[in-house]
Amino acid sequence: MTILAVLQVLILLLIVAGSVLAVGLKDLLASVIALGASSLLLALQFYLLQAPDVAIAEAGVGAALTTAIFVLAIRKTRRKEEE
Amino acid sequence: MSVVVRTIARILVPVALLFGGYVILHGHLTPGGGFQGGAVAASAVALLLVAFGTSAVKGLKSPLSVLEDLGGVAFVVLGFLGIGYTFFFNVLAGSGGLFGAPVAPGPNPGYLNTGGTLPPMNWAVGFKVIGGLGAVVVLFALFGGGDDR
Repeated sequence: MTILAVLQVLILLLIVAGSVLAVGLKDLLASVIALGASSLLLALQFYLLQAPDVAIAEAGVGAALTTAIFVLAIRKTRRKEEE
Repeated sequence: MSVVVRTIARILVPVALLFGGYVILHGHLTPGGGFQGGAVAASAVALLLVAFGTSAVKGLKSPLSVLEDLGGVAFVVLGFLGIGYTFFFNVLAGSGGLFGAPVAPGPNPGYLNTGGTLPPMNWAVGFKVIGGLGAVVVLFALFGGGDDR
């Protein structure tokens, strides 16, 4: 119980940190990478909560496809956020 | 993208396609199924697109679209196979033929040759998801001229 609970709380804190970074960063590519890392950690959390089905879907759609779509959008526009 | 990204993508695209096929093929035995495996395989298309640019995937648009149509039609046809009993009746299960071996009682022994119409339906859903998600990403890249910077 203890090690697993500590690991889950750590992963949740990292998810929150990644989300805050994704909102706050001015470099949009770094922001997208932070969002992808947050999504991958969410998939790991799903796996630890014994939902491997949802974890595969989250890793495939959330971490891979949305990151690719955001990278394509950045490639077609600007990389830095304007004030 | 840089030569590092292109080299890693050249290694990872076959691996992603293979793992997606594995998840779809074992959809009736292990976690995952048509949608999950299709999403994993479609991420290979997205990786190809991000690493090699729009020109590398321009020819994939109509094949992916056709694949999505075929998947949808195959799913409905497999559903109509059992129309003599009910819609979606599992006519192949327990018949002894393709995917028709009897399932052993007890915990899941992982025999691939079971499940009746469920594995073909997983493949239909998988092809539909590969085609759909891949076509969405490719069309998104082609939209607005598709210049690479």
